[in-house]
Amino acid sequence: MSVLIFAELDEGKIKKSSQEAIFYGAKVAQMTGTTATAIIIGAADESELALAGRFGATNVLHATDAKLNEPNGMAYATVVAAAVQQEGSKVIVLAKSSLADAMTARLAGKLKAGLAANVISLPDLSNGFQVKSSIYTGKAFAYNDLKADVKILAIKKNTITPEETDATASVKAFTPALNEADFAISVKSTEKSSGDILLPEADLVVSAGRGLKGPENWGIVEDLAKALHAATACSKPVSDLDWRPHSEHVGQTGLKISPNLYIACGISGAIQHLAGVNSSKVIVVINKDADAPFFKSADYGIVGDVFDVLPRLTKAVKAL
Amino acid sequence: MKILVCVTSVPDTTTKIAFTDNKTKLNKAGVTFITGPYDDYALARAVELKEKTGASITVLNVGQADSEPVIRKCLAIGADDAIRVNAEPTDAYFVAEQIAAIAKENSYDLILMGRESIDYNGGQVHGIVGEMLGIPSISPVMLLDLDGDTARITREIEGGKEGLEAKLPLVLGCQEPIAEWKIPNMRGIMTARTKPLKVVEPTGTDTLTTVASYELPAPRGAVKMIPADEAEKLIQLLHTEAKVI
Ligand SMILES: Cc1cc2nc3c(=O)[nH]c(=O)nc-3n(C[C@H](O)[C@H](O)[C@H](O)COP(=O)(O)OP(=O)(O)OC[C@H]3O[C@@H](n4cnc5c(N)ncnc54)[C@H](O)[C@@H]3O)c2cc1C
Repeated sequence: MSVLIFAELDEGKIKKSSQEAIFYGAKVAQMTGTTATAIIIGAADESELALAGRFGATNVLHATDAKLNEPNGMAYATVVAAAVQQEGSKVIVLAKSSLADAMTARLAGKLKAGLAANVISLPDLSNGFQVKSSIYTGKAFAYNDLKADVKILAIKKNTITPEETDATASVKAFTPALNEADFAISVKSTEKSSGDILLPEADLVVSAGRGLKGPENWGIVEDLAKALHAATACSKPVSDLDWRPHSEHVGQTGLKISPNLYIACGISGAIQHLAGVNSSKVIVVINKDADAPFFKSADYGIVGDVFDVLPRLTKAVKAL
Repeated sequence: MKILVCVTSVPDTTTKIAFTDNKTKLNKAGVTFITGPYDDYALARAVELKEKTGASITVLNVGQADSEPVIRKCLAIGADDAIRVNAEPTDAYFVAEQIAAIAKENSYDLILMGRESIDYNGGQVHGIVGEMLGIPSISPVMLLDLDGDTARITREIEGGKEGLEAKLPLVLGCQEPIAEWKIPNMRGIMTARTKPLKVVEPTGTDTLTTVASYELPAPRGAVKMIPADEAEKLIQLLHTEAKVI
């Protein structure tokens, strides 16, 4: 009857957002008087897997079939559904991500599960099973009653801050039967910027808009991001103009992020941009126009020229 | 080739969201409803494929009569006919079930929709439909090309993109830059009035998820302005006051 947590790997390590999911899932297990089992798919060291215990998992099921080393939403859904069956799980927890999105929908279809995406609180069990989620691209919240027998909760980054212990989880191999049909999509190429901090995972984000004038000026944005160990992001026109890759575009039609710190440089703060970033904990706006709408949604603001301000901020960070 | 494009009717992206009836309903007063922006991308690519291959396009909406203007606009842009499943779209599972039921009757080669609706942002419907039909689903799709019954697809992943290949039939959740949004022209608007729009009743299922109530985010406190010539102070404040760095 354990709560099952899908913990995602990135290059053999449990992703930070998945550490949050494990901690969240362990809390739900406590609340419902069960244990927390993490399911981890793909190649990773036993010791890394056992670390799931630090965040509250008692057991880890490790699915290692070589065919699963490539992330594959459909095949992963088959694996997780088999784990749900083995464990008799009624609650499945995972962190929202590109892979998790592809997987959860297939899983919900398989299990006829009730699903809440962008969950931002622990469930309220006082009257059924209710969770709060972010809707209208961060412009509002919904209190969802999950009525299905099996419930899937896809949590948003920064929903919960994991408290770590030095416990370890016991790791067991998990070898479910795979569906041939789940491998009908073949991956021909993968392009990934390596070494950078993944934007959806980042605690700190430095973002820039059309105010930077052109892609050749991104060095000052990257310098500040590097000094802060932050990820970089951009507004929609910037990715439309191909100044930056689409995977950096945040907002209504881009990624929705909720970092601890969002620094917006030369971005006007249109409602569609705000929609994707307004659940950031602290927002800093740097814009030379004192009337830029973004200042209304900021915690800290500087009216100034990004070409002057950014290098000075980078220097100040290095001096910390 | 037969393409099904599934569209939602959602508040315009500039809408300031507000609720009524003791925070249990969206306040629709003064709100303009539009096709989901991601659905617009799906439809635009379908129209391009129609121009190239002579495909037929059916638009499908699960919604009440008030979404008909959105459906007519899709017809004006280039869809051939439309189906409206006459029901309040309650949750992703329910909507997916309606789409799958229509798809089972008509065997489409491609089912295109937006990668998510901008009201609930679930991003789930395409995957559930794929599962219900037993065919692959891919999202978010940035590029789609067809070569016979093989689809070549570029999908966005975290920090990059992935090139994929799969055989039709497929369900795809679309996003930019798969195609340029299309706007209806006068001729399109005129002919849209005469194109068939069939209304069908939903196939029943239990709703798995309902919303008990809504809430708006708490307003942020006042912005603290730092003079540009003391920009360094910002870093101190982020370190000592906000404690985020
Ligand atoms: C359906 C729809 C969906 C959309 N989705 C998104 C989305 O997901 N994300 C998104 O970002 N946008 C989205 N938009 C676009 C959005 O409405 C704005 O057009 C966009 O956010 C503006 O980007 P920007 O602020 O970079 O550019 P601009 O609006 O051109 O603003 C540039 C800003 O830079 C400032 N500036 C210029 N030079 C300097 C300087 N030297 N120093 C400091 N400041 C300077 C200017 O004062 C200005 O405020 C969407 C629009 C629509 C219609």
